Amino acid sequence: MTTASEAPAVGLTHQASENTGLGHRGPQSKSIVVPYGFWLFVLSDMVLFSALFATYASLVHATDGGPVTSQLFERTTVAIETLALLTSSFICGLAMIAAKQKNMLWTQIALLLTGLFGFVFLVLELTEFAGMIAIGAGPQRSAFLSSFFTLVGCHGAHVTCGLLWIGTMMAQIWAKGFQPHIMRRLLCLSVFWHALDIIWVAIFTIVYLIGTLP
Amino acid sequence: MTEPDPELLNVAPGEPHDNMLSETVSYIVGLGLALLLTGISFWVASTSTLWGPGVATGLVVLAIAQMGVHLVFFLHITSGPDNTNNVLALAFGVLIVFLVMIGTIWIMAHMNANMAPTPEMMNLMTQRG
Repeated sequence: MTTASEAPAVGLTHQASENTGLGHRGPQSKSIVVPYGFWLFVLSDMVLFSALFATYASLVHATDGGPVTSQLFERTTVAIETLALLTSSFICGLAMIAAKQKNMLWTQIALLLTGLFGFVFLVLELTEFAGMIAIGAGPQRSAFLSSFFTLVGCHGAHVTCGLLWIGTMMAQIWAKGFQPHIMRRLLCLSVFWHALDIIWVAIFTIVYLIGTLP
Repeated sequence: MTEPDPELLNVAPGEPHDNMLSETVSYIVGLGLALLLTGISFWVASTSTLWGPGVATGLVVLAIAQMGVHLVFFLHITSGPDNTNNVLALAFGVLIVFLVMIGTIWIMAHMNANMAPTPEMMNLMTQRG
């Protein structure tokens, strides 16, 4: 209590923390609180996807006489998409390492590659969608296809947002350097990008692999 | 003993380690395991090694294992004391995800099975028969 007079803020220093209810040392720093809040967002995003998965699983046999899963899905395409997204996720991790070392060149290269592999994934997915719509298997054909396009399209929309975010972060790192608030945004981006890969694991298993079982 | 650094008490999800080498190794191990599990998934789906009706279950198990690999090696969710907040949030998320998915699939499957055929369906059946 000898230093109580130096306490700068009410109840937020450890000298006065016994009655703040904020733990022994008061609130965490922003570099913890911001990514943690983003983690909560990512988890609620997964809850959103779980509802879409449940819808898909309920409607997968409601084909209304239209095409069924095994007629529509191509395993080779899915394998390439999976590899592209996994590589992208891995290189995103390398970008985080380069950023931690404050290496501008390698951070930019790694983020560019992350985005390029994500783009490859997106192009393959959109080509698949276009091919399905071209043979009359669009989202309006049956309940199964509606739920398929909602689930996989929602993931694709997330990837699109991620790509825009990667571009933004490349520009921000270039313009502002490795400042703490930029690093926080980069960490959130990497959490988001890894989470998209986790959701894709569920999609390629439940939708594509189980859908094309003999 | 001096006051511990508050930063050490908790860690943000996905936060890279301070050691560049261990961090790189973590990502490479994660990539290897993820590739392995993906490969096994595609292989299991295209051979008849597994008992037919069990393949779907096997694939789901492999997918859950791969999600675990991503969480541990890419997002650095560990069982360490600095990760308690992240793990608790994850546990709650997983609980809700399972409630929503299993609850929906269970209820909808039973509704489908127990639903009396509508007049239109009866009509269709008569036409087909």
